[in-house]
Amino acid sequence: MTFATKSPWVIHYDASSCNGCDIEVLAALCPGYDVERFGIVNTGNPKHADIFLVTGSVNERNIEVVKEIYNQMVEPKVVIACGICACSAGIFHDCYNVIGGVDQAIPVDVYAPGCAVRPEAIIDAVVQGLGILEEKSKALQAQKKGA
Amino acid sequence: MGKATVIPFGPQHPVLPEPLHLDLVVEDETVIEAVPQIGFIHRGLEKLVETRDYNQFIYVAERICGICAFGHSMGYAETVERLMGVEIPERAEYLRVIWHELSRVHSHVLWMGLAADAFGYESLFMHCWRLRERVLDIFEKTTGGRVIFSVVKVGGVVRDIDDAMFAEIKRVLEGIKDDYRQLCNAFLKDSSVKNRTVGVGYISHEDALAMSMVGPFARASNVNNDARCLGNGGYGKLADFQPVMDAQGDCYARVKVRALEVLQSIDIIEEMIAKIPAGDIAVDVKGAPAAGAEEANVVEQPRGECYYYARGNGSKYLERMRMRTPTSQNLAGMATALAGCDLADVNMIVLTIDPCISCTER
Repeated sequence: MTFATKSPWVIHYDASSCNGCDIEVLAALCPGYDVERFGIVNTGNPKHADIFLVTGSVNERNIEVVKEIYNQMVEPKVVIACGICACSAGIFHDCYNVIGGVDQAIPVDVYAPGCAVRPEAIIDAVVQGLGILEEKSKALQAQKKGA
Repeated sequence: MGKATVIPFGPQHPVLPEPLHLDLVVEDETVIEAVPQIGFIHRGLEKLVETRDYNQFIYVAERICGICAFGHSMGYAETVERLMGVEIPERAEYLRVIWHELSRVHSHVLWMGLAADAFGYESLFMHCWRLRERVLDIFEKTTGGRVIFSVVKVGGVVRDIDDAMFAEIKRVLEGIKDDYRQLCNAFLKDSSVKNRTVGVGYISHEDALAMSMVGPFARASNVNNDARCLGNGGYGKLADFQPVMDAQGDCYARVKVRALEVLQSIDIIEEMIAKIPAGDIAVDVKGAPAAGAEEANVVEQPRGECYYYARGNGSKYLERMRMRTPTSQNLAGMATALAGCDLADVNMIVLTIDPCISCTER
């Protein structure tokens, strides 16, 4: 991809992360890495967001919250699992209160591994997510024309 | 007075990087009561001591919290070292203090950024986080990690810092100091910032004592409970240590205490670098904690006193490992500070305890 046709807005939710990945998500938005210069903005409203950044694994209590945020987002939408806990529950995979990675709750489009995930990996995942967003958007338009 | 309404706050909220749920009972624009609910990040981490031996658990302890990661690995290692009667080399103690104080600098500057975001001053948030990146660069150069370092082991530390790197750290910290003073001016002298913090979320000295508050939250109400005063490990070698205190007890005082603590931490790091002795950085630890042996330890984390307890059972696996983290102590104080506040001040008050939910729930 040589240019971005859209500046996606992201929403971040900490499922059961240790904070490490959360602060790296914020660090990616802040001046050190500064993805805001491409118009990528962190929003608090699921209805405004195109990309859902989830950190941490899911457990019995927050699985409903993760599903709720996902359901409130408008199509087309992309889910990025940030950090190894979100990908596969990482070192906490055998904890009694951990169900597993975020893909146990909602469909995940891009996996960004790392403990903690590096901002470069998050940016890379968002760029991949942009491509997926465009494909989904085209599929949605084709569906509308067909209907 | 209007009818009481319940407004849910969180778990997903723009001001919170972490999930915390508050039921705010509101009459008109005034909060009458705030009922915190937690449990969104509970993983069941303490139980992992049964399946990880005491050397492996250090990697779990480090991932209790990503912001105070180094403090947790240090606190855990110190507890196990005491349990087994291990004396670690002096150089390792100094190195631990240096990394721990660097973590405090990064944690407090991070917090100040989030606080600025909470009162709606976004460019100040960005400036704080830009400054913080320089501390993270030091971490990356000395340990290889930005957030999780994995440098502590039972018996010492894994990596050494050479003199050239110490000179580099000093140079970076000097640079940070200058820029940081400008940020402090914005936090402590700007009138629009003061409007959001002065007199907001007041906690009296008596309340702070009654609710066993810890950390900068309590020190802003004039409670001296800095665990660094105990002089554990490298802290015992400091020439003079006076905790930063304030008697005002409001949000402004809490911002001020944290702001000054950053400068204090930089002074501690400089003192430690000047004094650090040459020698080994770790000793070999063999054997296992004795059955029934118990040990407790406190570490002053950026958010306050964190208490560690460990019991051995004669094998390489600990019988029990328990931490009591600062935020779980401070939640009661937060609920008290919220009662009677303005709805618009909830963000600021919740943030001034510097909540670290993943520590609390583990």
